[in-house]
Amino acid sequence: MTALLEIEGLHLGMQSFDGEAHVLNGIDLTIRRGEVWGVVGETGCGKSLTGLSVSRLVPTPPARYRAGRILFEGQDVLAMPEGELRKLRGRHIGMIFQDPTTNLNPSFRIGDQLVDVALAAARHSERITRAAARDLAARMLDKVGIPNAASRLDDYPHQFSGGMRQRVLIAMALIGRPSLLIADEPTTALDVSVQAQVLALLKGMVAETGMAVMLITHNLGVVAQSCTHVAVMYAGNIVESGRVAQVIRAPRHPYTQALLAAIPTRHVARGALQGLAGSVPDLLAPPPGCRFAPRCAHARAACAVLPASVTVEEGHRVACVLAHA
Amino acid sequence: MLKIEGLTKTFIRGGLFRRTPPVTALRDVSLSVAKGESFGLVGESGSGKSTLARCILRLDRPTSGRILFEGEDMARLTPAAMRHLRARIQVVWQDPYASLNPRMSVHDIVTEPLVVHRASIGLDSRGRTERAARILAQVGLGPQHLHRYPHEFSGGQRQRIGIARALVTEPSLLLLDEPTSALDVSVQAQVLNLLVDLQARLGLTYFFISHDLSVIRYICDRVALLHRGVIVEQGPTAAIFDAPQHAITRTLLAAMPEVVVPG
Repeated sequence: MTALLEIEGLHLGMQSFDGEAHVLNGIDLTIRRGEVWGVVGETGCGKSLTGLSVSRLVPTPPARYRAGRILFEGQDVLAMPEGELRKLRGRHIGMIFQDPTTNLNPSFRIGDQLVDVALAAARHSERITRAAARDLAARMLDKVGIPNAASRLDDYPHQFSGGMRQRVLIAMALIGRPSLLIADEPTTALDVSVQAQVLALLKGMVAETGMAVMLITHNLGVVAQSCTHVAVMYAGNIVESGRVAQVIRAPRHPYTQALLAAIPTRHVARGALQGLAGSVPDLLAPPPGCRFAPRCAHARAACAVLPASVTVEEGHRVACVLAHA
Repeated sequence: MLKIEGLTKTFIRGGLFRRTPPVTALRDVSLSVAKGESFGLVGESGSGKSTLARCILRLDRPTSGRILFEGEDMARLTPAAMRHLRARIQVVWQDPYASLNPRMSVHDIVTEPLVVHRASIGLDSRGRTERAARILAQVGLGPQHLHRYPHEFSGGQRQRIGIARALVTEPSLLLLDEPTSALDVSVQAQVLNLLVDLQARLGLTYFFISHDLSVIRYICDRVALLHRGVIVEQGPTAAIFDAPQHAITRTLLAAMPEVVVPG
């Protein structure tokens, strides 16, 4: 199957008062239709910037794309005129952000906000009437599990709970029937039971429409439960990627291993949890070569050069000198 | 050590012109925490976890029921005795970015409880500084950090400062309100290990509040599940996680995203 999204050698610099931080350091990622990619990593590793870059929502300046391409259905997003991009956003690429309270306008009715998105999405294909868009909005709300959807179109965001607002945002992201959904920490603000509902809903939509998802999260449990593939990021690099079964069951990169060892699972005895010593590198002056080397137990001289990503098993790629042998 | 009997907390919501029905945040909550154990309180948002914490800290007054600390009813203590007792119950808050005053140095943050409780602890300025340095060493920070400010520290280090501030009065009960929710997993692991280590060394009792079941399972001896202000189930951690009795506990455990590849 052909790739829906191809990110090739993406380098992103971010201007600050102290100089330019090298926040994305050569990202390569390919997403096909029907795949659910979990992008995981700790705070500041660049996972959100990767997601935002796909629909070119990173403000430039202060950011600057130093190299690389982002191909969405074969078109380079970074080279596209703004007008073309607007046709992409919402219609072909849907986005969900973390905080459901700040992403809905408190002074407009839920239905009107959904209808606006539906009309904007339809403007570039078949035109639909406002009444039809309203029907569609009600159907979408119903699909995301809002009870009595049609009667709640005239409610305001404050009349919805946090979990329901997040579902409204999901409905809004899906109403244009995007082929790619970028979900940036969509369940972080939610209780686990609501989180499970939201993730089940996304899975259902993928099965139904063949949409691809980039699920940005710091929760490896969420990835294990609801993704088909995973990319592990550290300080602006994808250090390991592959199918979830490959990466979670048999992690090859020391960072992925450390991340998994830090999670208190059923089998970890009290006091036996492995923390990760040190802290993430300063991206204004990142270590040369492998950015994880200063915290890595297996670091060696060869780590002074940025390790190329190699395929250790079909579809399972690791950027570490240990995998080169 | 801590015993809660039939605690109910009702909030009266007064509209200016209209009376809205009162909200019962906690209904007939009873539990007891033994000395030296880690007691976990789990619940979703809005279940009443924080209200219970505020009642234990006496930041809120219970509508009915009693809270006994080492056998004494906290509601019957004289103000002076209550002040004395506050030094023995300390709290670590959720967000290490919001709970440290950015204008105070680490020295001032950590010694402030000693200044507040100087009547019962009775340390002079030099004694306070020495105590602060000793406690900082216990949480893995050094004396060189005393004169720095919160913004100079990472999230994990800030939470260590928050823990040091809680430990400086040498409390016997530490109330931890989601102490690792704002942290990344690798940092969370460090803070959890520090808490395990401190408990072993200082014989502390933990009252651990969290919505993260995996953290509770890792650190707690016994667990209570709070749902809409009612404790639906409580017992030893292993029993609750392996054989949950109540439907709500089972639903919650089933929703917990384990890092295990299905199939």
